[in-house]
Amino acid sequence: MTFSPELEERFSKLLNSYPPGRTRSAVVPMLLYAQDEIGRVSQELVEEVARRCGVTPLQVDEVIGYYSMLHRKPLGKFHVQVCTNICCQVVGGEDLYHHASSMLGVGNKQVTNDGLISLEEVECMGACSWAPAIQINYDFHHRVTPERFDQLIAALRDGSYKQRAS
Amino acid sequence: MADPVKLTIDGQAVQAAPGTLVINAAKEAGIPIPAFCYYDGLALQAACRMCLVEVEKTPKLQVACTLPVAEGMVVHTDSPAVQQARKGTLEFLLTNHPLDCPVCDKGGECELQDMVFRYGAGESRYREEKIHVDEKQWSPIVFYDAPRCILCYRCVRICGEGLGVSALGVGNRGAAAEIVPNGGDHLECDECGACIDICPVGALTSGTYRYKTRPWEMEHVGTICTHCSNGCKTTLGIRNGNIIRANNRDRSGINGEFLCIKGRYAFDFNEHPDRLTMPLVRQNGELKPVSWAIALATVAKKFLELRAKKGRFGVLGSTRTSNEENFVLQKFARRILNTNNIDHHRTGDLPALLDALSGRTDALATMGELYTAKAALVIDSDLAQEQPLIAFQLRANWRHHKAHVYVVSPGPVREDSYAETVRAGLGQEFEALETLREKLAKEPELTILFGAAIKGDAVRRLVAFGDSLGIPVKYVCLVDYSNSRGASDMGLLPDLAPGYEAVPEPGLNYDQILSDGALDAVWIVGTNPAARQPLAFSNTFVVVQDLFLTETARQADVVLPAASAYEKTGTVTSVTGEIQKLSRAAKTMGAKPDLDIFQLLAKEMREDLGTVKPESVFREISESVKGYNVSFPVIETGQAIPTYPINGRVAFRPEPELIRPAENTLFTSGTLGRYSEMLNSVLESPGALYRDPIRDTGIRVGSVTQETQTTAPVDKPQ
Amino acid sequence: MIYNEPSPLETKIISQRWTMENSAAIDTYLATDGYVAIRKALEMTPEAIIEELKASSLRGRGGAGFPTGLKWSFVPRNSGKPSYIICNSDESEPGTCKDRLLMENDPHQMIEGMLIAGWTIKSNKGYVFIRGEYRYLIPIVDKAIAEAYERGYLGKNILGSGWDFDLYTHTGAGAYECGEESALLESLEGKRGIPRLKPPFPAVVGAFQCPTILNNCETFSAVPVILRNGGAWFAGLGTPKNGGTRLLCISGHINNPGVYELPLGFPFEQLLNEVCGGMRNGKKLKAVIPGGSSAPVLTAEEVQGLLLDYDSIAKLKSMAGSGGIVILDEDTDIVAVALRTIKFYAHESCGWCIPCREGTTWLKKILTRFHAGFGQQSDIELIGELANNMLGRTFCALGDAAAMPTTGFITKFRSEFEAYLAKNHLTLEDTTPELVAIEAH
Ligand SMILES: Cc1cc2nc3c(=O)[nH]c(=O)nc-3n(C[C@H](O)[C@H](O)[C@H](O)COP(=O)(O)O)c2cc1C
Ligand code: SF4
Ligand code: FES
Repeated sequence: MTFSPELEERFSKLLNSYPPGRTRSAVVPMLLYAQDEIGRVSQELVEEVARRCGVTPLQVDEVIGYYSMLHRKPLGKFHVQVCTNICCQVVGGEDLYHHASSMLGVGNKQVTNDGLISLEEVECMGACSWAPAIQINYDFHHRVTPERFDQLIAALRDGSYKQRAS
Repeated sequence: MADPVKLTIDGQAVQAAPGTLVINAAKEAGIPIPAFCYYDGLALQAACRMCLVEVEKTPKLQVACTLPVAEGMVVHTDSPAVQQARKGTLEFLLTNHPLDCPVCDKGGECELQDMVFRYGAGESRYREEKIHVDEKQWSPIVFYDAPRCILCYRCVRICGEGLGVSALGVGNRGAAAEIVPNGGDHLECDECGACIDICPVGALTSGTYRYKTRPWEMEHVGTICTHCSNGCKTTLGIRNGNIIRANNRDRSGINGEFLCIKGRYAFDFNEHPDRLTMPLVRQNGELKPVSWAIALATVAKKFLELRAKKGRFGVLGSTRTSNEENFVLQKFARRILNTNNIDHHRTGDLPALLDALSGRTDALATMGELYTAKAALVIDSDLAQEQPLIAFQLRANWRHHKAHVYVVSPGPVREDSYAETVRAGLGQEFEALETLREKLAKEPELTILFGAAIKGDAVRRLVAFGDSLGIPVKYVCLVDYSNSRGASDMGLLPDLAPGYEAVPEPGLNYDQILSDGALDAVWIVGTNPAARQPLAFSNTFVVVQDLFLTETARQADVVLPAASAYEKTGTVTSVTGEIQKLSRAAKTMGAKPDLDIFQLLAKEMREDLGTVKPESVFREISESVKGYNVSFPVIETGQAIPTYPINGRVAFRPEPELIRPAENTLFTSGTLGRYSEMLNSVLESPGALYRDPIRDTGIRVGSVTQETQTTAPVDKPQ
Repeated sequence: MIYNEPSPLETKIISQRWTMENSAAIDTYLATDGYVAIRKALEMTPEAIIEELKASSLRGRGGAGFPTGLKWSFVPRNSGKPSYIICNSDESEPGTCKDRLLMENDPHQMIEGMLIAGWTIKSNKGYVFIRGEYRYLIPIVDKAIAEAYERGYLGKNILGSGWDFDLYTHTGAGAYECGEESALLESLEGKRGIPRLKPPFPAVVGAFQCPTILNNCETFSAVPVILRNGGAWFAGLGTPKNGGTRLLCISGHINNPGVYELPLGFPFEQLLNEVCGGMRNGKKLKAVIPGGSSAPVLTAEEVQGLLLDYDSIAKLKSMAGSGGIVILDEDTDIVAVALRTIKFYAHESCGWCIPCREGTTWLKKILTRFHAGFGQQSDIELIGELANNMLGRTFCALGDAAAMPTTGFITKFRSEFEAYLAKNHLTLEDTTPELVAIEAH
């Protein structure tokens, strides 16, 4: 499997960052970074990561099932995560999630028909003091009201959204 | 030995070695502590929380399966708090359990059922919906029913730690966690079924046994597996004379509970529709079924006729028949047919080893010693494929006792993942050994196991190498078939009588018998040479005794249907020399044990073989065959006794070219294996294409566990 | 970046640089006493450093509140094995969002804390374990690490001491349990985040089976200032045995939610009314979750006169935990909060042990049904009993973390659960489990 030169460089740094003989340590980061680039964890990726880290595909499989951010199914180009955990919940997080779901016309972990946006109801993301919060890919958005949410989605749709984090 | 620790369990004063776990100390004292995930010899998990006990002066209940004993500790295993905790845990366990005991294979021998019966979860307060997940078939052998699974991880550990295969893992997390196979939706593994037998509930079930019967409807007979030389005890579950399943859950026998796919599932050849049930005699060029009386009379008449005119006989014995049968067969050949033209398919050069070891005792390692030896050296054998129990023993020795294992092999083998390996082509072994010399000489002791490539002179050279190390060395000559050792010990050899006594005029050997062409009669018992080489019989009267109409049997004049090892009583000798008892478990109408056939034939020839009961023949063997002077009652009760090697030169005729390995894999068992639907279906399943990742890439899977009897953490390197 | 206005009542010590321009840059750090402590440490013996930490009475900011100096003293220093420094930046406890700010705004402070730990046990390698959701922080922390290498604070022969130390970031991928220290170590080794058997503790057998110092990000971040100003000075900021300041993450029904640095022992009322500007919309306080979602809820009565430190909160049978304080007003539906809390733990249970795996799931199902209007009187008892059957019996503390708040809600707000029963539109007998499941969604 080939990845972008940047990702390849990241991988080679990664593999060198662990003690000798501990390349298995790179499994989780490698999966996450590769998923960022190719959009999901494919079987091919499983085998590639297994090969590069010197583990069996089963050992990679076990890891994928465990971590909630690793997805076998493709996500949307923009993955919108709405936190409904208590701090967000008590200030409108659940309502925001329901709003998002009906506005986008998709349920939890589903992707819009055009493949642009996927929605996920998530656990606490570390934005409790600035709730309710959402993440679009890795960008945090704080104190999101339904109106603000609609604006963000509109920006995603018309291409004016500027992604900050990668 | 450190002083024992004194503690109190349920008011009883108990002593235990330091480091002993409370669960084991209690068990020793006759106090059972319930547990699901704890399993002797496997890594500690503390996952099921069934073994909670109360320890005075400790606020929380403690997990007995990871808690080492301590001086003055006061433990209560049955206090109200403990009883309540057990009930609570069982109640949790049953929430998502389907409670389909009436249709579950495990019903009647399920640890969960027993626990609920004993410790009670009472009426469940669970009123919510259960998660249903469909049962999955992972291979012809293995089925998995996730809702029944209690996640004790025994299967994962036996596969990874025990076998070194690591085909099972854990997928998902939380309540959705389940066991997953390495092939995504199927298993690519040894198909040994250890995971199924170790499962305390009915989550893993076997394709052979599913829905066939209930445990209590079977009678259980312990006998010895007939598929390879390792001599595993297998307990056959019999219903109406048929074998329904095989396992060794009581851990009796030299193998504990270990069995490979063949020991556990390849018993089905026994009931293959092609089993011969009537003798066949060639009439007008065609083999026709006849009665036993006619068949025996035909053979007897011909044998007598040929003997009278000093005709030449050749006899090939079997490596799967019992010691008693082999003994009687060679006696028949030598005394009644007056010939030393007798041999068997040799898979290891035993006479050469015994000769090289002459003058010493105690130089042959037993199966038990392979688990305790400080160091072992394996030369030219793919143990996991060819000697599964030995592979398991060495691995367990490494896991539990940190034994050093060295390997000299031409290609990758599974032991590479933990052994120190030197790659050396066939014939290059001794150069490779020199590179290991320094390390080996530093070992306190060594056991050398060698495959068929080391034969003739090389055996003597190997023993000389062992001697030169200056440490105690023991040996195992890796023969292949279930009674290869017994065939050799019982004198199915042209130059050696039972106990490796020289015969005055050695006869024709295996190849000569098959290629001579001018023999008047050839009698082939339980072996199928035609599968390996052409038979040069022209005017020869050929008698074959076998279970099936093999390639060899097709060329016979008379075919006598023989009973399988599972249908007879007697003894066999394992690769490491343990004598063990075969017990009759099943019956096939029309077939007869070879021993009965010999006796009937002798009678028909008006010859006296003496009383030919297995027990009396064994007595004769133990009185006359060197090394077999062992106690019959011990064997009779199902235990194994090692034979003692003869202690003197062996006047054998070196014929290294006759040593040919069986070349069986885990999924083949010579001609016999072809009649096992189970082995065939596995060979045809996607899992059979399995490329052992451990062998192919040297990946270290399966954990190196530290001594599992301590609280030391489970060391899980890469 | 900061996401809320600071309060004048704060004692800004470890958050002192947050409002500075380019606060994350090494030059900013160096201009404000940065990397002074490591220079000092390099002149000190390990014993002296540990003594200073003990004197500071710094306690772990990750949740358990274990004295940091004591923890460091447990690490064997002549095991013959390598040793490691691990920063727990997995920050996943609901209610907690401070490590994120520490890394975003002042990564060098954390790095310096890790360096001091490294020098103390002569470790040569460290990892910052950052939760996957904080993916955007990785370039920030990586950049800080690169800067530190450039200036000779990381790498070979640090400041001419002859001692080498390498530091790396490592990402999680969505698992609360990986914040538990031993599960974190498993995750760091590329495995499922299943906790390890203890003992041995990470101090002795930790990362890669070697001795390890593992602390929370905030704990490490407090170390440099302690070495600079002295342990006694730090201790003096707080209350006895509860040294220094800590970052409190305030959320819920208040006017100015935010992350504030306050000395330990800060009065709750002052926090609520002065730092946070009082209750939102003038509502009345109903309850407070004082230390992340795992901490049992306190009632408005209980928090009267409460001082915010480990021991005072522990006296109320709750905990200061991770410093996440959730303020709930009179309109809060406690049943809904209890349900959302247990849903979280059921989602995050690793599944290793039975009581946690099955207990959280069962509780979630009961509370789901209860919340949907199908509750029964007996459910209230059952919830309490099931939580009790988990408490103290699970493999790791996640089981307790799920059981304790559940017990808290059901005992302290029992009347709210009973009020739910009165609203029931159907009883369980009227319905089927399938219907319940549908209704509940
Ligand atoms: C389920 C669970 C989750 C935890 N999550 C975190 C976490 O996200 N961050 C953290 O620093 N500590 C967390 N901890 C606490 C750690 O196990 C550990 O005590 C802490 O990181 C030690 O650092 P400290 O002494 O500096 O607090 C968690 C503990 C448990 C049981
Ligand atoms: S309590 Fe048990 S199941 Fe829960 S997270 Fe800990 S080990 Fe896993
Ligand atoms: S036997 Fe399972 S926890 Fe002890």
